[in-house]
Amino acid sequence: MDGVALIVSQVLNGLQLGSIYALVALGYTMVYGIILLLNFAHGDIIMAGAYILWIVLAQLGLNPVVAMLLAVAGCTLLGVVIDKVAYAPLRNAPRLSVLITAIGVSYFLENGAQLIFGADAKVVPSFAPVSSIQVGGLSLSFVALITVLVTALSTVVLTFLVQKTKLGKAMRAVSEDMGAARLMGVNVNNTITFTFAVGSALAGIGAVLYVMAYPQATPTMGMMLGTKAFVAAVLGGIGSIPGAVVGAMLVGFSEVFVSAIGLSVWRDAVVFLLLIIVLIVRPTGIFGRTMSEKV
Amino acid sequence: MSALLSVRDLHVSYGAIKAVRGISFDINEGEIVTLIGANGAGKSTTLNTVAGLIRPESGTVEFDGSSVVGVPAHKVVARGMALCPEGRRVFTQMSVAENLEMGGYTRSDAENKETLEKVYAHFPRLKERRGQVAGTLSGGEQQMLAMGRALMSKPRLLMLDEPSMGLAPILVQEIFDIVKQLNDAGTTILLVEQNANMALSIADRAYVLEIGTIKKSGTGAELLVDDDVRKAYLGG
Repeated sequence: MDGVALIVSQVLNGLQLGSIYALVALGYTMVYGIILLLNFAHGDIIMAGAYILWIVLAQLGLNPVVAMLLAVAGCTLLGVVIDKVAYAPLRNAPRLSVLITAIGVSYFLENGAQLIFGADAKVVPSFAPVSSIQVGGLSLSFVALITVLVTALSTVVLTFLVQKTKLGKAMRAVSEDMGAARLMGVNVNNTITFTFAVGSALAGIGAVLYVMAYPQATPTMGMMLGTKAFVAAVLGGIGSIPGAVVGAMLVGFSEVFVSAIGLSVWRDAVVFLLLIIVLIVRPTGIFGRTMSEKV
Repeated sequence: MSALLSVRDLHVSYGAIKAVRGISFDINEGEIVTLIGANGAGKSTTLNTVAGLIRPESGTVEFDGSSVVGVPAHKVVARGMALCPEGRRVFTQMSVAENLEMGGYTRSDAENKETLEKVYAHFPRLKERRGQVAGTLSGGEQQMLAMGRALMSKPRLLMLDEPSMGLAPILVQEIFDIVKQLNDAGTTILLVEQNANMALSIADRAYVLEIGTIKKSGTGAELLVDDDVRKAYLGG
């Protein structure tokens, strides 16, 4: 029984970690898919979400539901503002300029947070309603279960949005050929901003779930999280939505597995090793297709 | 009679390169007008400027009596002009039906439903392949899709940029027959072509472009027998 319980809880851990990476990786992959930008500031949106939770819960002492909604809304708004202020003026600039700007935005957010909140970790009061639930004699982490559920639901909603709605179709059209999309009557700029909003909302959901599991906020917390999610997106094939989820699960499970066999100091190394292997064997990632340069 | 599209003294540059150097032309409702000329004469630049993808340096473009200079491309469509771009540029990863849906982006769902039936009537092959991903269509089918997609916005003026490019002769004939049909059904057409012979044979009027200026104009029939035009563009 102990063996079973161990396996079940480790699988759940893998799913939980993979889910959080997936929520962040989806934003990476969507923005890359539409404007070929690796938005290095994306991970820092999680950090902003964590600080919003801290402010609302620890400083203002408001209801957790309010805190969660404000965190997601705040992240969405931040993503839109970043796009409008930093990236939109560079729509016709070379890709490298936008990439460097993204790195700049990332530093700006991290150092801005440090300036405002200080470098030490802020502890966010626990806001999960219960810690575990019993299923058939097994005690399962509530936070892990809710994380997996919310991520699955978010992925389904996102897939529906992209595949079936008018805006989603416009996003796909813009991602394939901006000029042609414009000729159809699509406002390309707004479509790109909308993509940032959706990606950032998912990061906001990721922030809530992450802080539920690891209840603190630090200025640089988005860095490693963002990097891992970036690895996940590349593993799955950057630009691909199912790829981001599969890649994230691979990263999450690798980390949990490496820790479970007692090699937890190697967990980050294993993730990057995985990336190196995939880049050598299949440079476009698992679901990636070879893209021809746009003219 | 006032023209549906009226272009006056249009200048367009790409950086230091002057692509269009002061051209003027008119298109009346119901006509097929063609711009012919060699590669680099400024034909596509003219279309792209009219469609709002490029801002002209100077000059005016009036559609149905109001200026469209400075109006972004995505708003030009709603005014009743559609450009079927060079190289077709269908959305290769979307289905045929989705491509057509994108064409009707500025229209209501109810309108699109009706227009879709008309487009399928012009292009029965698209109906057969509506679920297929556009990238798997043949070149001729992709051209039909690009034209059908442009028609979904119910344009009063349809601009076609090199519709025959890269197609087998039998398909070229088919595409031109469809252009003629569309015109008979009431759509005004501005056609840019390197296949001057075909273009002139269906055009009411034509303009010959050479390095950014209009060298000659006349009816399609006149230019077909014009010595200079024959020598330069018709291989004889």
